[in-house]
Amino acid sequence: MDWQTLATQLFPGGHDIVELEQFLSGGAQVAGRTVDVIGTTGHVPIGIEIALKQAQAILRTVQEHPGRPILILVDTVGQRLRHRDEMLGINSYMAHLGKCVDLARRRGHTVVGLVYDQALSGGFITSGLIASSCFALPQATIRVMGLPAMARITKVPEEHLTELAKDNPVFAPGPENYLRMGGLHGIWEGDLAGELARAIEDSPAQDERMALGRERGGRLLAQAVADAVRTGSHVRPA
Amino acid sequence: MSYLELTARQRIPVIFDAGSFEEFLPPAARIASPHLAQLDAPVSFDDGVVVGRGRLDGRLVYGAAQEGGFMGGAVGEVHGAKLVGMLRRAIDEGADAVLLLLESGGVRLHEANAGLIAVSEVMRAMLDAREAGIPVVAIVGGANGCFGGMGISARCANTVIMSEEGRLAMSGPEVIETANGVEEFDSRDRALVWRTTGGKHRYLMGDCQVLVPDDTAAFRLAAIRAIEEIRAAGARLTLDELLTEQAMLARRIDLAEGAAEPMELWKRLGIAEPASVPMLDADAFLALAAGHRVQAGQGER
Repeated sequence: MDWQTLATQLFPGGHDIVELEQFLSGGAQVAGRTVDVIGTTGHVPIGIEIALKQAQAILRTVQEHPGRPILILVDTVGQRLRHRDEMLGINSYMAHLGKCVDLARRRGHTVVGLVYDQALSGGFITSGLIASSCFALPQATIRVMGLPAMARITKVPEEHLTELAKDNPVFAPGPENYLRMGGLHGIWEGDLAGELARAIEDSPAQDERMALGRERGGRLLAQAVADAVRTGSHVRPA
Repeated sequence: MSYLELTARQRIPVIFDAGSFEEFLPPAARIASPHLAQLDAPVSFDDGVVVGRGRLDGRLVYGAAQEGGFMGGAVGEVHGAKLVGMLRRAIDEGADAVLLLLESGGVRLHEANAGLIAVSEVMRAMLDAREAGIPVVAIVGGANGCFGGMGISARCANTVIMSEEGRLAMSGPEVIETANGVEEFDSRDRALVWRTTGGKHRYLMGDCQVLVPDDTAAFRLAAIRAIEEIRAAGARLTLDELLTEQAMLARRIDLAEGAAEPMELWKRLGIAEPASVPMLDADAFLALAAGHRVQAGQGER
């Protein structure tokens, strides 16, 4: 879905989001209150400049509109794979963006992520995955990398991976797998505006994704291991 | 003693006070990755990371050491959950600091989705610890470097300590070469790889705050000092710190306008003979670098 169509459905009360070099920013009305929106479009690779622009927009909201909710619209093929980005320390730019989201959340801004097209690894980890809650549209693509590349690197035959991916959420791309593992809080269909309003009201302040992954059967060990380490006890399988 | 050449389990007793470290969920608990067997990949009963608590110069310091020899230190479901559990326990028990001995290729592709979510949970848990006022210090000096999601996580710490031999980045050179060709990044040009991702470049650019020789005693002393400094300045992430970082990262882009080679950046920072930098030992390099680093602000010494 293109971002304009999405915005029309998300914000029947209106918005003034603009696109500048595949970076989205602006404000929108959600259930009678203003929400700041940032994001990316056109599957843009996240390079240092666009990471920094997103961070700047979040810091501006924190400074000028304390407590205002923030929606992050995610569409990226992942981090930009260029020597110049690495030379300039793209991991620091990504970390900076993640820290800005984290700070906003701690200062009372509910931050909601929405994967409306593509989300891949590095471009996702410091946006939607560090928000208060993260959602996706059903047709969205979410993955770390494609199965052919994964087969090359892990040296596991692609046919084997494809077979395993059918019923194992740990490899296979797709929002339903991220939902089962707790990486997504929900998948939005139908009334997007209503879903967004509810997400802004209900987003958790704490990171509860391990528990979600266990409840949904997609990530059975993470919560048990973290609890065992935390309390000095044995691992209690789900 | 070279830090680079040690395993994770060998590093713990020489960085922490000897004999003080207590491991949480040790290999005897036999908790391994549930995802590797079906790919016929070997498992490890620590899933490639040691977590626990010990003393560092007498202080109660919680910590972790990633084992580069097991799947490149990459983060899977169990590995990530151990890090998160340790960080949460550090908060519960009022740790004086957290020290992370990082060596990782990032997300473990064998359990890709679980690893990606886990790394984001580690980042949040690190920032939770800082919010609780606990200094978080990362050491990057292992042979496998610190890449991908762990390269991002490292920069969520208060302080990153590196050796020249350490490498800190996002995508590995091989990944970039595969995606965009050898003209973009020649992964076999080891000198270029080090100039781009190595400790000296990171120190000059402000991505790491402390550079030490590849020596366990030097890393240990640097960690002790960093913890003292953070305790004095405050560990919490603040708006001021992020505004300062925003400005620094923007200045770096300006500095690099039109430049494609790290040595050109060093020259622009005022280093008269950038070609000499790779040859210098740590002390000579630090003397040269003084006054020529990207000026970092509060919270980034």
